[in-house]
Amino acid sequence: MAPRVREVTPDGAASRLLADDVAASVRGLTKRFGPRVVLDDLDLDIGHGEFVAMIGRSGSGKSTLLRALAGLDRDVTGSIGVSGPVAVAFQEPRLVPWKRVLANVALGLRESEPARAAAAALDEVGLTEQAAAWPLTLSGGEAQRASLARALVRSPSLLLLDEPFSALDALTTITMHRLVLTLWERHRPAVLLVTHDVDEALALADRVLVLRDGRIAHSSAISVPRPRDRDHPSLTALRLRLLTELGVPAEATA
Amino acid sequence: MSAQPPARSDTRDALAWGGDSPDSRTELEPVALGPYSAAAVASPTGYQAYGRTGAGLSRFRIFRGSWTRVVSLIVVVGLWQLLSSTGVLSPSKLVSPATIAHTAYNLVVTSSPTYGTLQGSLLVSAERWGIGLGLGVTIAVLLAIVTGLSQVAETAFDPIVQALRSIPLLGVLPLFIVWFGIGELPKDLIVLLGAFFPMYVSTFAGIRGVDPKLRELGQVLGLSRRELVTQIVLPGALPMAFTGLRLSVISSLLALVVGEQINANAGLGFMITTAEQFLQNNIIMVCLIVYAILGLLADAAVRALERKTLAWRPEFVK
Repeated sequence: MAPRVREVTPDGAASRLLADDVAASVRGLTKRFGPRVVLDDLDLDIGHGEFVAMIGRSGSGKSTLLRALAGLDRDVTGSIGVSGPVAVAFQEPRLVPWKRVLANVALGLRESEPARAAAAALDEVGLTEQAAAWPLTLSGGEAQRASLARALVRSPSLLLLDEPFSALDALTTITMHRLVLTLWERHRPAVLLVTHDVDEALALADRVLVLRDGRIAHSSAISVPRPRDRDHPSLTALRLRLLTELGVPAEATA
Repeated sequence: MSAQPPARSDTRDALAWGGDSPDSRTELEPVALGPYSAAAVASPTGYQAYGRTGAGLSRFRIFRGSWTRVVSLIVVVGLWQLLSSTGVLSPSKLVSPATIAHTAYNLVVTSSPTYGTLQGSLLVSAERWGIGLGLGVTIAVLLAIVTGLSQVAETAFDPIVQALRSIPLLGVLPLFIVWFGIGELPKDLIVLLGAFFPMYVSTFAGIRGVDPKLRELGQVLGLSRRELVTQIVLPGALPMAFTGLRLSVISSLLALVVGEQINANAGLGFMITTAEQFLQNNIIMVCLIVYAILGLLADAAVRALERKTLAWRPEFVK
């Protein structure tokens, strides 16, 4: 797919083509709410098929960054380039209540056979039996799986996950983590997972970023093979480091 | 995360005929004009309800409700008849249920020179009601779609509608006679007005109250403007529109009673006005009961339609 560069400022940085090896590229992204700077001249590259987790306290600007990447926030300056379609799975599944699950997945899908593609996507997330169900009858986990199917069916080159597991119970979250990894390994989209859960980031990502005061304050690559043991020594060390970056003293987390 | 639906206010209860419907949303104020939170509270999509399965319970509640309704009706009518038979209630003040039944029977089987037959009057009134309600609801929906989707149209039309809304129908009656004479037209127009306002206000609020998160979703999914309107906004406004329709059905019926006082020579309102002159309380009572039954039947019909159309709502899911 031809690289697509979205210029987000009318008079700001010049358009630049994406380098071949990145799925998304952000340069000089700045967002202000009045006097408050939410994103401060932020640069970020996400490689093809790379799984990036972004953690940060509330108000650190992580949601704003994700919304800008999704094209939902036009009120930013800087440049954003993405190499292909972008799909989003939101914190709340945002299924359209008056469309059955299958129609939700197929919504807006520009394909010759949207229903068939949607059914295949539902099969991948294990929701085939709920295809004809109304969204409001689904459990939280099922709704989030339908939301994942709706994002993946668009074959995104960049998949944005906005704290999609934060409202689920612990057991469902573990299942969802496995599902996300399976789907990611199969389809290999670049992923930007926004989360406030350090363990979630450690379990899933190739690279963990800490966002603080609108800038990337810390970046760590994780090379531990998946599935990961939570108590792997390098993960334990990184956990402490990340918590420190987030401003949580090590003693308090013991 | 709360599984509780938004609390219903007293006004809502008072406005909803039948009173016990779990789906009654009689929000009269345009909720979406306020801050985001107001729209979220009134949002018909109810994300809080994920994972709720109350279908069995609500069916049981409806079943139990119908029994309570029948029993309470029998008790009230029985008590009324008892008070009439024992002379506590004087027939000149309030006639007994038996007298009303007898009067109704006579009005149906014989054509009186003054009133004609009850079914004849009913037909005439039903026609006025149907025309006024149909036109009023149609115009209201079309206008609400225009003002709901366009900021310019809202600024242009909505203040006018809001201003006209508070004018009492009884007040415009004399003007309507001057403008439109004493034929069918002013009667139909009065009914039309009665149907228009609740329908317009609710549909407009419904369109504006569609969850902004769903609009955003449409944007992310790359929906066109047309798709956004037909797939997200209008279906999302339907629950409120149905609330408006239920209010419209009732308020247009009230308007019908008002309108039929304009020099009618047929119809239920004509019967009441005439019976008033001859102090025939029994006939007035028959007409009032027919009005009440009409209202109940129409409301039940709208609710059945609602149940079918809004099958996705948790309370209707089978």
